[in-house]
Amino acid sequence: MTGGDLLELGASALAGMVRAGRVRADTAVQASLDAARDAGALNAFTAVHSSPRAALAAATRIGGRAADTRKGARGPGGGALAGVPVAVGDDLADLALPTTAGSRILAGYVSPYEATAVARLLDAGAVIVGKTNVDEFGMGWGTEHSAYGPTRNPAAPGRTPGGAAGGAAAAVAAGVVRVAFGNDAGGAVRQAAAGCGVVGVRPTYGRVSRSGLAGHAPSLDQVGAFGRTVDDAAAALEAVGGRDPRDATSADIAVPALRPPAGPVEDGRPLKGLRVGRPREYFDDGVDPELRARVDSALALVRDLGAEVKELSLPSTRLALAAYHAVAAAEAASSLARYDGVRFGWRAAADDGDAVTAATRTAGFGAEVVRRVVLGTHLLSDADGDAHYRRAQDARARVAHDFADAFEDVDLLLTPTTPGPALPVGAAAGPSPAALRHDAFTAPASLAGLPAASVPAGRVAGSPVGVQLVARHFGEAVLLRAAAALERALGPEAHA
Amino acid sequence: MSAPNASRYEMVVSVDAAVRLRTATKAYCNCAVAPGDDEPNAHACPVCLALPGALPVLNERAVELGVRAALALGCAVAPVSEFARRHRFTAESPAGYELTQHERPLAAKGNVQIGETREGGPLTVRVTRVRLGEEGGRVTHGRFPRASALDLNLAGAPVLHVSTAPEMYSSAEVVAFVRELRRLVRGVAASDARLQDGSLRVRAALSVRRLGDTGLAAPCDVDGGRSLTELRAALEREFARQSELAGRGGSAANPRADGRAAAGGPAYLPEPDLPPLVLTAEWIAEQRRYVPAQPASRRVQLAREFGIGGGVLDALAGDPELADYYASVARVHGDPNATADWVLGPVLAALGDDGDDLDAYALRVRPADLAALLDMVRDGALGEDDARRAFAIMARTGEPPARVAKREKLGTAGDA
Repeated sequence: MTGGDLLELGASALAGMVRAGRVRADTAVQASLDAARDAGALNAFTAVHSSPRAALAAATRIGGRAADTRKGARGPGGGALAGVPVAVGDDLADLALPTTAGSRILAGYVSPYEATAVARLLDAGAVIVGKTNVDEFGMGWGTEHSAYGPTRNPAAPGRTPGGAAGGAAAAVAAGVVRVAFGNDAGGAVRQAAAGCGVVGVRPTYGRVSRSGLAGHAPSLDQVGAFGRTVDDAAAALEAVGGRDPRDATSADIAVPALRPPAGPVEDGRPLKGLRVGRPREYFDDGVDPELRARVDSALALVRDLGAEVKELSLPSTRLALAAYHAVAAAEAASSLARYDGVRFGWRAAADDGDAVTAATRTAGFGAEVVRRVVLGTHLLSDADGDAHYRRAQDARARVAHDFADAFEDVDLLLTPTTPGPALPVGAAAGPSPAALRHDAFTAPASLAGLPAASVPAGRVAGSPVGVQLVARHFGEAVLLRAAAALERALGPEAHA
Repeated sequence: MSAPNASRYEMVVSVDAAVRLRTATKAYCNCAVAPGDDEPNAHACPVCLALPGALPVLNERAVELGVRAALALGCAVAPVSEFARRHRFTAESPAGYELTQHERPLAAKGNVQIGETREGGPLTVRVTRVRLGEEGGRVTHGRFPRASALDLNLAGAPVLHVSTAPEMYSSAEVVAFVRELRRLVRGVAASDARLQDGSLRVRAALSVRRLGDTGLAAPCDVDGGRSLTELRAALEREFARQSELAGRGGSAANPRADGRAAAGGPAYLPEPDLPPLVLTAEWIAEQRRYVPAQPASRRVQLAREFGIGGGVLDALAGDPELADYYASVARVHGDPNATADWVLGPVLAALGDDGDDLDAYALRVRPADLAALLDMVRDGALGEDDARRAFAIMARTGEPPARVAKREKLGTAGDA
């Protein structure tokens, strides 16, 4: 089996072969590093380990010391992801490579502690090959706002990767890794998955610890998983989910088995008994007509698979986009206040303390971050106090209430992930109407903290698009079971 | 110090007190609270440093002590309270905000009795709200050339913010309130509450009005400093300044120490990283068990329980902490008059003549040890002079009397 063939194996299958001693972890990691080098033009990575030895050394350290892998503590000896090469966003803290969240203000910053998601990933035996490019602190629509420059879409030349976690999506789509992680604040993981033709899952808010995630909107940020397949993403989430004493918002709810059953169901109706909602607000005139037709044919497939499809309405959807942007901007203004050049990261030269902070933030933050920090500061402290922020929170509550109502009648919602394919290169460079609208169908589930997945649904005008499934809080098992059934029904040609 | 026309005015004061809670670890992380002389930043973790991705986790012990203190202040504890970020761009605040409470505080609607009215009824000050919060870091300038130093050892230490209504009308009332606050939070072992070491900090808001007026002008901040003597002096100074201004028909502009405009105030954001704090009625009731009952009138209670009166009663009732100390000793020893002689004699002398800052809590002799010493005198084991020598040693070392007497060969212990 050649290195390239290894990368065609599902994450769990590869881990099984590593555990069985049929494949060496360094062979798999070498294949991934070779693929990363070959895909260099995509600019998917902000940092890549120099060799399999370096990657494996980093993967087997605990608290800065080499772990005794014979005891099964980390490393490729055992674990559900033993020896599986993975990538994590530049906004997730590991101990070996810089964690800069795509920002100049963190240039060269190496975290002295590990994100919980990273720790659990390594505990499961995975090997991080590199950090992937992101929009600065997760703010953007197509990984065009990174200090490292834009990431290109391997599945659609001329288009951005489709979301703020674009480097990870591009790395999976280009075959560098089967599994990657990113921050899905308003939809970055689902959008980039749709844009690059891979699977992206945002788990329930609180399902995966945010400790060590350098995001921008703590009430929205959530570590999400990319996979080439639903099974890959499910295995990734199984590894990292669960309560973390270092994150007070992480839920004390056990992570169920998420990997869908392997074989086809006997009667060919694996979704029998499920009720799937079609919220009409997600099929309006703003959606690319070809994409709309494609999502409706996915609904027809879901019906063929045994589900009951119901038309329904989520009337507050029209409020969601503005509410999302207001909440995210206000929280960003607050959460990014710590980047002052005093204690860590990059620092500009200036005469005194306040001037250092001002110069550091002025030169260290990119334009989109500055825009949102200014907007958020205004929202929190204008003449009306925080009236705008409160109105946004009220709207957020209504959006969540709509979902709760809908889930009285259905088990899942099925929608387009985005209104159209990934934005063309350059179109995500500023807050254009098209860019803002790119969040319209992913932001509502983020506001409500619901789990959602994007499954590849073929191409529109030559570019990948995705179908989004949304489930109840902590309903990841149902979500991924349906996603896997849909994935199988759509066939391999739906993937990029 | 009083301005010529001060007599036509009265001060109206509210107080914001920051009580550092006596926990082993900080409010939102596991770093030790170590006010000692440790190396700067010896107690600074990713949360203290506000490193990217570091999240606060609430210290349950801080909640426990905060609730007990709030109950001691007569407050209603909220079944649900919430945390908020109070933004301020200073190096003392590594995250760029102080993590505290704002709209839904831990507790509210308390009452602290600071004395008695002329009619003999209780003179009280209302506590408007009690919030959990954190201390900031310390910045020092001038220690290094061309650089300032930041020490985060105490950054994140848990603090209980106690706010009152503007209903203290003299510096004496303010001092009495702070003393009673101090006594109450110490009574539940929630805090050392010492102005001298910053475990209690007081900020007052003072305005003046013509006697007989009922309106309130915008107040000015008064920093309470490091002792009650300083607090009283600062209040009198500010009162004189504002009276003088008012007498000339002016009004006091707020000369805030940090030079920033008071208008607008700091921006708050509900803290997304901490879920609301939910406390059950049962749990709150359990905390109430740690709160000692307070007498409606200390004078009446002391007179009734110990049969004391006259100048002795005046002296003890006038200093609640001294009265607590007295009562603890007298109950164990059993002779109220001998106890009063000792508390108003050697005990006061050992505490020093600190005026406003007299602090019975600072005495190293525990009430039980003084009672044991008085027992030895009563039983003839120690003469009065030997007892006083033993007490002086106990006040220095905090040792029990039997050990001191034996080592120093005092009284019959020495004869043996």
